[in-house]
Amino acid sequence: MTAMCDVAFLLLTFFILTAKPKVDDPSHAEVPPSSNMTPVADQNMMTVSVGRDKFFYSVTEQDVRAGALKAMGDKYGVKFTPEESKRFELTQVFGVPMKNLKSFLDTPPDDLKNFTQAGIPADTTNNNELFNWIYTSRQAEKGLHNKDLQMSIKADSREVYPQINIVISCLEKQKLFKFDLITTLKTAPKK
Amino acid sequence: MAELDTSGGGKHKGGKIRSKKASTRVDLTAMVDLAFLLITFFMYTTTLNKPKAMDLAMPDNSQPKSNIVIAASRSMTILLGSHNKLEWYMGEAGKSAPTVDGYGKDGIRKALIENAKHVADTHNADEKLMEVLIKPSDKSTYQNLVAILDEMSITGIHIYAIVKILPIERDDLIKNKIY
Repeated sequence: MTAMCDVAFLLLTFFILTAKPKVDDPSHAEVPPSSNMTPVADQNMMTVSVGRDKFFYSVTEQDVRAGALKAMGDKYGVKFTPEESKRFELTQVFGVPMKNLKSFLDTPPDDLKNFTQAGIPADTTNNNELFNWIYTSRQAEKGLHNKDLQMSIKADSREVYPQINIVISCLEKQKLFKFDLITTLKTAPKK
Repeated sequence: MAELDTSGGGKHKGGKIRSKKASTRVDLTAMVDLAFLLITFFMYTTTLNKPKAMDLAMPDNSQPKSNIVIAASRSMTILLGSHNKLEWYMGEAGKSAPTVDGYGKDGIRKALIENAKHVADTHNADEKLMEVLIKPSDKSTYQNLVAILDEMSITGIHIYAIVKILPIERDDLIKNKIY
């Protein structure tokens, strides 16, 4: 019994130390497998998730989120209260157009499950919301930490190429030619 | 059942009769139960399988004049079609008949290795690396793109680029019923 108790606590300590809560990703993207072994960075990451033809956006740093929100509010003429800004800082992944963002941030956390996120509007032009989100958060990162954000694309396996191309062209227009594609480790060899 | 015996130890051989020690046997059952409950909780909430990041560098298109000339004899073009099928050809579009192939070990990987070897055998030392152009059609998926980039790293091809598909190549995909 004592041994079992010891093992139980050892395991418990291990799990507590390695624990990192699952991020609730509204895009529900199931990433494709690859033989790549490089793990995704935890910091200074910006991720565009593509799932069910919708675009979602996330930045790892909270202060960068707040900075991007402020800049986006100025650009699209939306004023955010400090409470809304705080809520946005704590939102890890979101996919709401600017015109719905205020109501999204005002929704109480318990009702957020029922809030359908329409996805961030994006196309291949030079001035769409996804482009501006990426641009403003890069500026915020540069201003706050004087670093460059690492870009990554996380898309569902079945997502068609034109959707991916929209994200890639958004990045290319900002002269970003190097980014990561997020995959998962191949578990079983492919037939 | 689970208890910790901390009450003295050994038998009292003769000696003086001391005041009786209170038994200090601690019942561990509840604590162990709680420990296992927490283990279960943390096991379910942790993500042990961290996502991986695959590096991708797109060609710089900000300077339209910087067109790189690729020798047709050592360039291979891969067209990604629908239904997890692809086709590939060596050299210029329309000049050689494309081969329809699948992904993975028995499909495109064999072709990549053979073609790279052929290019290496037929060229001089300074230009013996094969160049691969990846052209995803509108019907190909993200999985296809990742799979083909993965093949590039598996077969050790260093020169590759993702390029826009040409109409003539799309027509060929339609002809082969993979568009």
